[in-house]
Amino acid sequence: MSRLRPGAILKAVAKGSGGVFVEHHKITAESQTVRIPVPEKVTLPMLQHIGVPCTPTVKVGDRVFVGQVIGDSDKFLSVPVHASVSGTVVSVSDTTLANGKTAPAVTVESDGKMTPFYGIVPPVITDKASFIKALRKSGLVGLGGAGFPAYIKLNTPDDKPIDTLIVNAAECEPFITVDYRECIENSWDIMGGVYSLAEILGIKNVIIAIEDNKPQAIQVLKAIADKDNAHGDAVKLMTLKSKYPQGAEKMMVLSATGRKVPEGKLPADVGCIVLNVGSVAFISRYLKTGKPLISRTVTVSGDCVKNPMNVRVPIGTSIKDIIDFCGGFTDEPYKILSGGPMMGTAIVNTDVPLLKNNNAVLAFSKNSSVLKPERDCIRCGRCHEACPMGLIPTQIKKYALANDADTLKKCGISVCMECGSCAYSCPAGKPLVQYMRLAKDVVSKAGAKK
Amino acid sequence: MSETNKLTVSASPHIKGFSTVTGIMLDVIIALIPAAFAGVAVFGVKAALVIAVCIISCVAFEALSRKIMKRHSTVGDLSAVVTGLLLAFNLPVDIPLWMCVAGSAVAIVVVKQFFGGIGQNFANPALTARIVLLVSFAGAMTSFSQPSSAAVDAVAGATPLAHLSALDLDGNITLQLKQLIADGELPSLLHMFFGVRQGCIGEVCSVALILGAVYLVARGVIKLSIPVFYIGSVAVFMLIVSGFNIYYTAYEILGGGLLLGAFFMATDYTTSPINKKGKIVFGIGCGLLTCIIRLYCSVPEGVSYSILLMNIACPLIEKITAPGYFGFTKEKKVKKEKAV
Repeated sequence: MSRLRPGAILKAVAKGSGGVFVEHHKITAESQTVRIPVPEKVTLPMLQHIGVPCTPTVKVGDRVFVGQVIGDSDKFLSVPVHASVSGTVVSVSDTTLANGKTAPAVTVESDGKMTPFYGIVPPVITDKASFIKALRKSGLVGLGGAGFPAYIKLNTPDDKPIDTLIVNAAECEPFITVDYRECIENSWDIMGGVYSLAEILGIKNVIIAIEDNKPQAIQVLKAIADKDNAHGDAVKLMTLKSKYPQGAEKMMVLSATGRKVPEGKLPADVGCIVLNVGSVAFISRYLKTGKPLISRTVTVSGDCVKNPMNVRVPIGTSIKDIIDFCGGFTDEPYKILSGGPMMGTAIVNTDVPLLKNNNAVLAFSKNSSVLKPERDCIRCGRCHEACPMGLIPTQIKKYALANDADTLKKCGISVCMECGSCAYSCPAGKPLVQYMRLAKDVVSKAGAKK
Repeated sequence: MSETNKLTVSASPHIKGFSTVTGIMLDVIIALIPAAFAGVAVFGVKAALVIAVCIISCVAFEALSRKIMKRHSTVGDLSAVVTGLLLAFNLPVDIPLWMCVAGSAVAIVVVKQFFGGIGQNFANPALTARIVLLVSFAGAMTSFSQPSSAAVDAVAGATPLAHLSALDLDGNITLQLKQLIADGELPSLLHMFFGVRQGCIGEVCSVALILGAVYLVARGVIKLSIPVFYIGSVAVFMLIVSGFNIYYTAYEILGGGLLLGAFFMATDYTTSPINKKGKIVFGIGCGLLTCIIRLYCSVPEGVSYSILLMNIACPLIEKITAPGYFGFTKEKKVKKEKAV
């Protein structure tokens, strides 16, 4: 790598198989992030991450301030939840989340003042351990969508040395422009985050990976990478082909380093950590100010939204408030998504809170969201060609319907990440992702029986 | 919250690609049109009649059998039209029309609908129907009339392939071929290429078939692996048995229904393996069987039999060649390295 001339942009070293070319629809790309006015109330679910729900630490009637911990857990797989507005706790009860799960939640009625919590101080970082501890306190989960607690991801055991940090700015989902705006608007934070992480974690190579359909962001990131070439040669910018699901963690590791993450393993097992660009920028801001994760940027888009744009929203704001801020609906919405159109969840109700890992709210009219009717499978094999994991979805579907857990395991169902490439490319309009989930359910039920 | 009650919920993804079953079938039909025109040009209006009867009866049988079985109609997906076209392409022009109808019945009712309709048949409907007709009415199915074009003044009733199988492969093959051409028994290679020869309606014009195949590949409807390995293995096999006689090999490739079979029948989604390795095995298997039948069996042509046999072997091939998924092969390699 050192032979590269300074400032050179790397090309992906390996090509993943499969994937699909989806229309980008990045209509909000040039819309500068706007802050939403302080909402009247926010609902803060105790489960905004993959793992164990937190227990509320406040009760009805308490006064809370921005950044104050209102829920925590002593379990390993969890991160604390902070108040995103200042005001009074009006209820502590179960709420339904966008994905249909139920979790306890704290509802705070805002006083409109956004008074910060007096206890917020920049963390003192002396080594990796103190950094990880501080990171847990920040409440950070992967901002790209999955919602995995960041402190666990970065706390790699010593027997798994990490040589490469991949900053994921691919943003391969259509419509979403959150990471793109982060690159353009907060390049200093990204730069700071990249260098802090590299230093604290002792990582030698940093690759900032981005799809080649975002030239403006590439320019900004290139400046960051160029900066480094004057000193050493650690930070590189890499452009990737704009092919969904380029931003998926395993695809990213393969494209950037040529390494394949084995089944059931994590990128850390092949010496890589993949972090969303938004998470990196957040870490930088957190190290400077100590302000935990209380707000995030979301893309509000779709043909049913009057003013599609990127908005900065306190966590827990209801999706209804966000859409109202963007001018409401132009047409009667047929489908509203939390997340992107490929992997997002269709919600039943706009009265659900925005979570830490929600990067988009999309509303579609009937015209654009009625899908082609389901027909019989013709075994064309397009699902297999599209699967980035090399699975054969149409066969998995058959075994799932036959309740054949053993064969499903052999087929490799566990590596399916439900990216939706199979269902996207199916000419017969089969809801293949649903069958994949059914297959996983068959396997886990069979496992539970044993 | 009246509006919220109307929101639709479904599993992701919420957008889908543009390809549809009907679109794919339409592409296949478009790809077959040049060969159909060539067939009519070579054999006259009678060919158009055979094609029309096959298509109409296939569609009618499809509609009828779905109705009797009380299942939703699948006429709209155009797969019956493709079957009809392919069946007609595999028939000689002088076949009695009632045999076309009988063939359509076998293809659609017996081979396709009895097994559950589109995507469920284990053998290619058009090919199976051709074989049933061939076995039942050997005379009508093997009497090939001459091309109506005056470009060839051939008189014999034998197809080029029949001549080829009568050759003495130990002797001077080129000389024998030249003699046959001089006698007017065998069309020249150029005539073979443009379809001025005897044979079934759709198989004669190589250039039209290749044109259609290029369209299908460009549209992403078929992958090249099956045809390339099919035709390639036939070429290699024929080169070897003829002592590397390119002239003879070219006749073997252009003769009979090899191009039609390799590009349009062997690539049938339902009856060929899904995975890449399986497609290669399938193609080579078809090629070897075709050569063995052509050279060592009592019939001159083996494309339909070989594809049918490989159709039946398809589930087995898929099982043996099951592809390793992402992250699966790596683990194996690590184990091997450790063992070393």
